[in-house]
Amino acid sequence: MLAVQLAELLEGDAPGAAEALDLVAGFDDALVHGFARLGEERALALTALAGALAGTPLGPRAGEAAGKLAAGSVAEEHLTVLAGGRAALLGAVHDDLLARLDTALGRTRETWDAAPAPAPVPDNLLSGCRSWLHELAITGWRGVDHDLVSSAAQVIEALLAEPALRRPAVLLDGLAAELRASCPVATMDRLPARRWADLWTRALLLARPGGLPAASGRSVSGRLLILGADVHEHGTAVQIQVHGILEPARGGPALLVRAGVAAAKVDTIVGPAVWRLLGAFPVLLGALAERRSLEINDMLLLHGGDLVWHDGRARPGEPADPFATARVLLAGALAPAAPPLDRHPVRIAEPVLVEGYKTVTDHGITLDLGGGTLAVDVDRLPACGPLTPELVAASTACVGLVRWDAGRWLLQPLAVQATVKRKPVEAHNGDWALGPTDPKAVKAEARAGDAVAVLRERAGRLLRR
Amino acid sequence: MNAERAAWERSSVTRVVSPVQPRKLAKVPFVELADGRLQGVVSSGSDIERVYVSSIGAGTHGFSCSTNNNRPCGGLHGSPCKHLRALVDEAVLQYGVHRVARYLRVDIDEDTASGAALVSRLNGSLAPTPAAMVFSRFLRHLAYLELPPSAEPIAELHWFPATGAVR
Repeated sequence: MLAVQLAELLEGDAPGAAEALDLVAGFDDALVHGFARLGEERALALTALAGALAGTPLGPRAGEAAGKLAAGSVAEEHLTVLAGGRAALLGAVHDDLLARLDTALGRTRETWDAAPAPAPVPDNLLSGCRSWLHELAITGWRGVDHDLVSSAAQVIEALLAEPALRRPAVLLDGLAAELRASCPVATMDRLPARRWADLWTRALLLARPGGLPAASGRSVSGRLLILGADVHEHGTAVQIQVHGILEPARGGPALLVRAGVAAAKVDTIVGPAVWRLLGAFPVLLGALAERRSLEINDMLLLHGGDLVWHDGRARPGEPADPFATARVLLAGALAPAAPPLDRHPVRIAEPVLVEGYKTVTDHGITLDLGGGTLAVDVDRLPACGPLTPELVAASTACVGLVRWDAGRWLLQPLAVQATVKRKPVEAHNGDWALGPTDPKAVKAEARAGDAVAVLRERAGRLLRR
Repeated sequence: MNAERAAWERSSVTRVVSPVQPRKLAKVPFVELADGRLQGVVSSGSDIERVYVSSIGAGTHGFSCSTNNNRPCGGLHGSPCKHLRALVDEAVLQYGVHRVARYLRVDIDEDTASGAALVSRLNGSLAPTPAAMVFSRFLRHLAYLELPPSAEPIAELHWFPATGAVR
């Protein structure tokens, strides 16, 4: 990302985005207090949200739903329609933000033309999920107590047991854990209103009949050059999302792709130990740790740009420096379209290379790039890798993801080149994929012991009785 | 301050739960603050097949300890046994003393903040709780490690960035 590109990105406000987000905030406020106690002001906010959708296919149904909800009839179908309206508004904001980013970066993006097809999943499991979400909406976050949170336990357990429902399962489990930790919510002095409404909305959309899209794409082969690893984690799940550039064996433009591998975990497995849960993907982890390219053969590439990782169809290639990959190939790579359901600003995670900046460490870390400033999202430096705020502050080049949250653009570092004690150092999120390489981290891990092994032993002894 | 609060409330990735600190799990494999209790499972020191289910109620401080087969712990004589002490110590390591004290509603001095200090401030008495419920939560906890890994993208996890608070 060049100084002129950043300047273009930061220039001016997106027309309509603030208004759209205000309408979303109105819906979020209804969820805070509960749809059973809407009151006049919040009912008006729902009517306004429906009004904004008037010119869309959702319009008539949204208008009807807002009316019914305002009149006190909190039916599941009305909630679902308005949740869809909220998602559509955020989808529009997402599209606008991504288009601005693409324009600034000069990035070419494919258009989405795949026909949506629902995944074949058992609806009886999802109906339990919908009931709980319905109950939450009626009660509102302020009314959530231990009993309401606990009532989701069986539903979540059943969802987790069905691999095809991993998406809603992981989402609901994360939401339930946050609500449990916040109980009784009525005593909290502030609420993560946008966040919880986001999670609730996505869960409801995934849980409606036919809501979960089937995986569809095409087979690809070629050389995969890794840019970096983004780590997602909550108490009971971890996902490593690898960003890379695929040079198709058949020729054609290089493609910006991602590959996500995920595992279930428990909250006491933290830091570098999470890599041990992904032992089923040794080739991918090896490539991260050794900074190698990968030769992949006949792997499914989804229309959204995600490889469905099949470790047996990948073999390690030559050493490849992610900074070199970013310098040489990133500018010309073709970016994938976002799947319709996933269109939300939170999913914007565009790889960039930033260099020639000055770091400013005052209220966090900011990069000054030719006068334009980009805040570094230091909260997103994962404990399972070697990146620290100090390294980022000392850095001179960074491969990272451009993100957007709460009205501003942010840079999430995936790798940095820095100068520490007058020596050049380089650190990547995936460096410890096969175990920590830093003596301090090795010691810390030895001190804590092997959490995964201890729990597996306990599970072996106590679980199958 | 107001701007900061507004940004917090309008952030999609606001952090609600702090990640827990790593600790040795051999003695106390499971600790949680849930259902209005500090509760967990403590491995027996003498019998590898046996575990104790221990809990302390928030506010009331009523405590209990029994085996997973519902036999009362022999060390429980009107005051917390060694299993309950171990439970508190490990909870303090996992969550930090302040979060545990806040959850149990115990007032502690800044200077003497430790698991032992916390136990000394408990003013509850023996209050049997269903060990089976806590034990089944532990089994459910263990069952996560039996789930197969997944190679399909989970877009929803973008709402859950890994953080590096633990350093």
